[in-house]
Amino acid sequence: MSKPFTPKVVTANALLEGDVVYLDQKSEWVRDLQDAEVVTDEASAELKLLEAEARGHEAVGVYLADVAVEDGMIKTTHFREAFRAKGPSNYRHGKQAELT
Amino acid sequence: MYHYNDFDRDFLAERNAQFRAQVTRRIDGSLTEDEFKPLRLMNGLYLQLHAYMLRVAIPYGTLDSAKMRQLAMIADRWDKGYGHFTTRQNIQYNWPDLRDVPDMLDALAEVGMHAIQTSGNTIRNVTADHFAGAAADEIEDPRPVAELLRQWSTDHAEFQFLPRKFKIAITGSPNDRAVTKAHDIGLRMVRNTAGEPGFEVIVGGGLGRTPMVGKVLRDFLPKADLLPYVEAIVSVSNLLGRRDNKYKARIKITVHENGLETIRDLVEERFALLKPAFEGIDQTLLAGIEAQFAAPAFTTASVAPFKDAYHHDPVFRSWVDTNITKHRNDDYAIVSISIKAHGQTPGDATSEQMRVMADLAEEFGHDELRISHEQNVILPHVHRSHLPAIHAKLKENGLATANIGLISDIIACPGMDYCALATARSIPVAQQIATRFDELKLEHEIGDLKIKISGCINACGHHHVGHIGILGLDRAGVENYQITLGGDGTETAAIGERAGPGFAYDEIVPAIERLIYAYLDLRDNEDETFLQTYRRLGLAPFKAALYPEAKANAA
Repeated sequence: MSKPFTPKVVTANALLEGDVVYLDQKSEWVRDLQDAEVVTDEASAELKLLEAEARGHEAVGVYLADVAVEDGMIKTTHFREAFRAKGPSNYRHGKQAELT
Repeated sequence: MYHYNDFDRDFLAERNAQFRAQVTRRIDGSLTEDEFKPLRLMNGLYLQLHAYMLRVAIPYGTLDSAKMRQLAMIADRWDKGYGHFTTRQNIQYNWPDLRDVPDMLDALAEVGMHAIQTSGNTIRNVTADHFAGAAADEIEDPRPVAELLRQWSTDHAEFQFLPRKFKIAITGSPNDRAVTKAHDIGLRMVRNTAGEPGFEVIVGGGLGRTPMVGKVLRDFLPKADLLPYVEAIVSVSNLLGRRDNKYKARIKITVHENGLETIRDLVEERFALLKPAFEGIDQTLLAGIEAQFAAPAFTTASVAPFKDAYHHDPVFRSWVDTNITKHRNDDYAIVSISIKAHGQTPGDATSEQMRVMADLAEEFGHDELRISHEQNVILPHVHRSHLPAIHAKLKENGLATANIGLISDIIACPGMDYCALATARSIPVAQQIATRFDELKLEHEIGDLKIKISGCINACGHHHVGHIGILGLDRAGVENYQITLGGDGTETAAIGERAGPGFAYDEIVPAIERLIYAYLDLRDNEDETFLQTYRRLGLAPFKAALYPEAKANAA
């Protein structure tokens, strides 16, 4: 039996800045994880991934990242995604400084 | 130092123009990422966790003040005001925008620098002893040979698609400060029985997932044979190296699978063909390069100001005792500037610090700077009378930390704070160890100790050759740190031994602390270093200190 599907977001790095981006409900690339669309079934996840991959002139290295939704907030479930959503831990650079 | 001629300048201008056009075509959609990626990697441009990263080569770690100031300018104009010096004598910019990279490369070209072959399956930046040309123990300055290798390997048509990346390190001293035994080719200058200088050629060393200490392919290679012989080795590796499996493609595996004797025979056979084909052109070029590496005009002056400051100022004395190395000229000193103030990111320098170091080099250091593989900056030629002024200036700029070779002089790769390949963070572990032992005020009592931290199995942080090595891994979605002990990156190279199960992120610093207290208890006397104690006693007592609960359970 296959594993149950866990919620996901479509993520990549923006072509020009290299910054981490996520797909939102309008299929636009957004910088803040909280603005991302959380996909809850496998079929639409695969479809969205394919669509995002076709937009290689906007973003690079598209993949599906696991998330969880708690109290209306999107939470990462792996530490790598937590760093991607926040920025490095040695300086206040990246999203932690740029997102208001 | 070497200065670009018209050929170098034209080549670089053409390459940079090509890359500018490639970036334009990527942005306008004419090139896909699959098409663009190999092109950007050839020019040192990576896409990392949060941004692009540009890796710039500092050939054999040598810079002058103009180059250092340009690196600072680039950091200010196109990055976030700092750069990260790496274990392969490169500098990395962590935040460039794709559109700006062609301008950054043009700015580098203005001072004779580039990012070519800092990535990809090519011959990478040739690294060298950071004390080259200054060290008291040196036979000859190895940098002319390193520059010859740079010119030969740059855009070498035969070696643009090797089975895997290929790293060469060179030293002119018997004391190996260039980790030559952990490179695809290591070149260590030695003398033959007639007293002539030549090279011990070491092959098949490397760290990564299969760490190996290099093996001696030739005990003594005459200097004049060096280039055709190195070409023969790379050529054999190019033919035999496995392209079916990237984890088995490095020459260390080729040597391991085919045997050293077979490799030696093939190299000698190829060398016999190549040597006459060179027709001595390499030696003509080398002679021209050597002329550009003439020693600076050393000055003679009284060293009394130095002696006076050493006698009266304990902070200066501590810095001199820790950060100064003997120069081949008795009135001179080699200054290692620590860019590892306690709690700072190992290897990072701000643009302001870069400019300060450039100014010091220009005013007091015959305009020479070096980057060490241990991620510090060196002023190789300083008259001792200038040391007090240099120390004062460094102190004003957070650069006077007296910790070279000590527990806080940690090598750390960027780890998961920046690197897309990393499996755990390295930088915060280094910061916490340095801060902790600074609080304990134990650093100088502990003495010589090399801690090296990698954030993944690829071992950019050289953890295998750390006296204490730390490897960060992802264990079931949690950062976990394995400790290896007894590694050594010098002429007595050894791969560290794994101590046991890994430690969680919040357990790794206390584990290191237990290890250090055990060493302080176990050492014969204050002069016995951690590595010597480890070699005398082996793993067992250190393991007991690391895993006290296991000992308790067994009792």
